Amino acid sequence: MTAPETLLQVEDLRVSFATEEGVVRAVDGITFTVQAGEVLAIVGESGSGKSVSVMTLMGLTRGQNARFEGKAMFDGRDLIAASDAELRKVRGAAIAMVFQDPMSSLDPVYRIGAQIIEQIRVHEPKVSKAQALDRAVDLMERVGIPRARDRVRSYPHEFSGGMRQRVMIAMALANSPKLLIADEPTTALAVPIQAQILDELRRLRDQTGAGIILVTHDLGVVADIADRIAVMYAGRIVEQGTLEDLFYDPQHPYTWGLLGSITRVDRNRAGKLPAIPGQPPSLLAPPEGCHFRPRCPHAFDRCTELPELVSRLPEAPEHPDRCWLEPERKRTLRQVGDQIGLATGETVIS
Amino acid sequence: MARFVIRRLLAAVGVLIAISVVTFLIFQAIPNGDPAQRIGGRTANAAELALIRHEWGFDKPIYVQYIKTMGKILSGTVVSYSQNLNVLDQIRQGLPATLSLAIGAGIIWLGLGILFGVITAVRAGRFADRALTVLAFIGVSSPPFFLGALAIYYVGYKANIIPLGGYSSLSHPWSWFKHLIAPWLVLSVLFIGIYSRVLRSTILDIQHEDYVRTARAKGLSERQVMVRHILRNSLIPIISLWGLDFAQVIGGGAILTESVFNLHGVGQFAAQSIQRLDVPPVLVITMLTAFFVVLLGALVDVIYAFLDPRIRLSG
Ligand SMILES: Nc1ncnc2c1ncn2[C@@H]1O[C@H](COP(=O)(O)OP(=O)(O)O)[C@@H](O)[C@H]1O
Ligand code: SF4
Ligand SMILES: [Mg+2]
Repeated sequence: MTAPETLLQVEDLRVSFATEEGVVRAVDGITFTVQAGEVLAIVGESGSGKSVSVMTLMGLTRGQNARFEGKAMFDGRDLIAASDAELRKVRGAAIAMVFQDPMSSLDPVYRIGAQIIEQIRVHEPKVSKAQALDRAVDLMERVGIPRARDRVRSYPHEFSGGMRQRVMIAMALANSPKLLIADEPTTALAVPIQAQILDELRRLRDQTGAGIILVTHDLGVVADIADRIAVMYAGRIVEQGTLEDLFYDPQHPYTWGLLGSITRVDRNRAGKLPAIPGQPPSLLAPPEGCHFRPRCPHAFDRCTELPELVSRLPEAPEHPDRCWLEPERKRTLRQVGDQIGLATGETVIS
Repeated sequence: MARFVIRRLLAAVGVLIAISVVTFLIFQAIPNGDPAQRIGGRTANAAELALIRHEWGFDKPIYVQYIKTMGKILSGTVVSYSQNLNVLDQIRQGLPATLSLAIGAGIIWLGLGILFGVITAVRAGRFADRALTVLAFIGVSSPPFFLGALAIYYVGYKANIIPLGGYSSLSHPWSWFKHLIAPWLVLSVLFIGIYSRVLRSTILDIQHEDYVRTARAKGLSERQVMVRHILRNSLIPIISLWGLDFAQVIGGGAILTESVFNLHGVGQFAAQSIQRLDVPPVLVITMLTAFFVVLLGALVDVIYAFLDPRIRLSG
């Protein structure tokens, strides 16, 4: 294998919104890269700043009350500093996005075909409508929509949620993006459909060599598809590593909590641990030091100091985390019964 | 489609019957509404009034009177009590003025309502929005007789740019235009105020829809996002408002505007007939308005189904 090409390099990205209650620090200094042909999963509870992070890459969070710091280098250009006009050329072309709710993400008044054609022609105005229609049919077939030739004439409300999400993916692929961002693409879908959509994304990565950022609140979703995972909590990345790193040697108590609350098919349901107790902190006034401190059963005095995102494992320099605990201690603490989890008083293992 | 048409026709008949009954009963209940008095005039004595009552059938039970009147309306022979003129002829004479007023004003208020609605939504919170918002409130709260009087006095009498009132037939287009431009604008002001506010708030809502975010993520320009996605979806409620308001005006609903500009339209005729407590013209005009409302309502539903594919024509 040749050395992978770095598609996207995000450095210390910060996004804050001025609101009536104060400044919301939605993204508080995140750094990550995406290589061509890899799937980076960004995982965290809802409200941790995942959507803001990825939408900012496309300029979709720009507005009067938003402030940005840091860089996001893509194709030799900083997406954060780029003008609106420059970004417009990137959107839906080199970077495409699939959103969470397929029921509301398509315009109800236009036919499916017209919406895909619009995506093709906005970046390639020379393509005729007839040619664009043929391409739309091809795209729909590629993402597994049966009878695509007829169904280009359907309206979104005539499609099921899963089929609409396929349309969104077809649209995202229309201009062969180098980077595909999928923000909770399966969250609104029934479980069997979720698996199909994930299959589709995996196939695309294999066929096109595009990089994919897959955003989800459910670690279970990424188990079969992610190459690397970044765990986000309250605007920060608290742990980052390969799929194996995160599933078999997780370093951050928050990651343990996420792992513990996955419903695993290979396990008796009764073995599922409860979701992490408590709520994520307010992003208006987050706690000092480690953001997870108020919910962390293992917190100690040092945790009022902010832990840097660095590797504390000599054997895995590419697996950084933000937790003060000693790696040896973590290995003991994260073991709850026969699985990894966040020990709490109420945890019952059957 | 056929089902839709049939159901709407049946509904129209139902509405017309209901409206005519209610109108008829209201006039029975009005004190001092004795039609014999209208016909006989002030000088008629008791014997003459009794004779009139008998001749016109006012001594019959109400339902008989109603059926007789409706029969005359349907056969086109109904006459007004106060002038003894054929009502349908009088309405026919008023119709060109009323249609001219309605069509011209309807186009103006729809166009300007959309234009101002878009401007205020796009510039929400900024100067243009605030200025137009103030104007809209002034517009909504200025009665047509006031605006009409101002226009006639300043633009007509003082500046001598427009005539002081009246209607001029379309066979002299320039004169027709000069007679109608002020009524069009005066009648439109209220609707422009309402429509621009409704459209502004609809646009501000729809701006946050997921499919608008999708449109931006596609790389469309702000203008394309606005026209193709936001505006296209926001127009749906405006169109239904327009259908009903337009039907009102066509059916003689612009009573104040027609009267202040002395257009001799259906609305002005309605106003005069109400003053004289003259049942037949009021009845016919009310039914006419109701008819247009039902007709335009059906038309709006067809346009609706065309604009919003989620909606099916079902009657
Ligand atoms: N335009 C905005 N103005 C103010 N706050 C915002 C805005 N957009 C997002 N936020 C806040 O940023 C935080 C992170 O949101 P989000 O990125 O959507 O979380 P996630 O996708 O991880 O569920 C939330 O607390 C949300 O309320
Ligand atoms: S730094 Fe402290 S509070 Fe934060 S996760 Fe580690 S132990 Fe818990
Ligand atoms: Mg989100």
